[in-house]
Amino acid sequence: MAEHTAGSRAGKRRSTVPLTIGSGLLGLAVWVLLANSGIQGFPGPLEVAERAVTSIGDGTLFGDLFASLRRVLTGFVLGVALAVPVGFLMGWYPPVRGLIEPWLQFFRMVPPLAIIPLAIVLMGIGETPKIFVIFLASFLSSVVSTFQGVVSVDSTLINAARVLGAKDGRVFTGVVVPASTPFILVGMRIGLGASWATVVAAELIAAQEGLGYRMQQAQLYYDLPTIFVQLIVIGLVGLLMDRLLLLAERRLTSWQERR
Amino acid sequence: MSPVTPKIEFRDVSHGFDLGGETFAALDHVSLDIADGEFVTVVGPSGCGKSTLMNIAAGLLEPRDGQVLVDGRAVHGPSPQRGVIFQQYALFPWMTVRKNVEFGLKIAGVGAEERRRTAERFIDMVGLSDFADALPKTLSGGMKQRCAIARAYAVDPTILLMDEPFGALDALTRVQLQDRLLDTWSRERRTVLFITHDVDEAVYLANRVIVMAARPGRVHRVIDVDLPYPRTEDMRLSPEFAELRREVWHSVYHQPSPIERTSP
Repeated sequence: MAEHTAGSRAGKRRSTVPLTIGSGLLGLAVWVLLANSGIQGFPGPLEVAERAVTSIGDGTLFGDLFASLRRVLTGFVLGVALAVPVGFLMGWYPPVRGLIEPWLQFFRMVPPLAIIPLAIVLMGIGETPKIFVIFLASFLSSVVSTFQGVVSVDSTLINAARVLGAKDGRVFTGVVVPASTPFILVGMRIGLGASWATVVAAELIAAQEGLGYRMQQAQLYYDLPTIFVQLIVIGLVGLLMDRLLLLAERRLTSWQERR
Repeated sequence: MSPVTPKIEFRDVSHGFDLGGETFAALDHVSLDIADGEFVTVVGPSGCGKSTLMNIAAGLLEPRDGQVLVDGRAVHGPSPQRGVIFQQYALFPWMTVRKNVEFGLKIAGVGAEERRRTAERFIDMVGLSDFADALPKTLSGGMKQRCAIARAYAVDPTILLMDEPFGALDALTRVQLQDRLLDTWSRERRTVLFITHDVDEAVYLANRVIVMAARPGRVHRVIDVDLPYPRTEDMRLSPEFAELRREVWHSVYHQPSPIERTSP
């Protein structure tokens, strides 16, 4: 399914399409087999599809989805908006890097989810702590790759701009920014993935709506079909967002020589 | 300014790099005058500091000692007056050929229309008119270097500093670009400082060949090439050319022994 949305014209790619379809069918077969093997309450595809239709019908599915998406996008946009300038400053001014990097490395080792208890204590159980951990997740992954992008700009390109008369400001806007765009976009993709993973987990802990919250409720009532619906939606939406960013990345960095 | 002021003057230039606590003398008291309109090539073994010499002339590197003067004025930092051609082409990969060539003009504040006209002229000069809107990734090595040459010429430098510009190209492309370069040079007489490790190329292009020695980097010999311009394919096969090539090759190959010292 994923390969279809990628929409590649290369013949090499096209040959993987039957395999992808085959893989999907195989997975479905395994699912049916598991459902019929007598595991207590394990729903089959039909049952899950029915549940999906009812949750779409009563509006809970889209309500939850939008609640989760709103949190992710808010946190993600804030995170990236801070990460890009901070990453640039770190790459461009070594002292800034020296000051910030130890903290960055430290917080990178702390999973954002581990911040949730602290965030809830300090910020209450409203939207703020959830958006904050998502912000943190996307900030950390984007800032590192932006900084890497700036540091790895080919010094020959910078010299080429300088000998053509470019001063620092021009070198930065004309060379460093475009040259590090590919890194920033990769960082954004990783950041979005991390945000999506984080939001669902954050909602498991404390929320009144959202995909994670719905699963948490379903778990209480032993409602496996609902859990399946949520899992599938989480996977599909995550995949869709990733593909959209990948598409944007390809568009914006098509000038790159791919080896 | 007296008429005998050299275009480029290296005055007792020394430079070193710190390698694990020890100073590696890249250049040791190099003095060299290059006249206006002269074509000088520099050859030498790797580590003789020829690229360091060029980076200092370009203003990309401050010498540890001594100074470089251009038109009698000390060089501090790069200037569009000294165009540089890099071995790795150094084209901006996100810009088309046209945008690359216009880059220096844009910085100089040239208006859009004139910028386009000037760029067009130089793109035409290097024979890339059909590729003006192509991205560098679609060009061959030779075409990339031609684009880089057009970009350097567009800002009308009086000096061209070329760091092994044809080093990464195949033999045929290299010869073609050499001839093109000489052709342009003989019409416009910009001063050229051309770094190479190819003895043939050094002799074929130059008024004067500077042979450098390594450890520490210094001028070993200066060999005048008194072959007339325009240089032709026949000249490459002439006994005079062979004799000069032999002489240059000999001084590149039989280097003076390294001077033992850790710091200049």
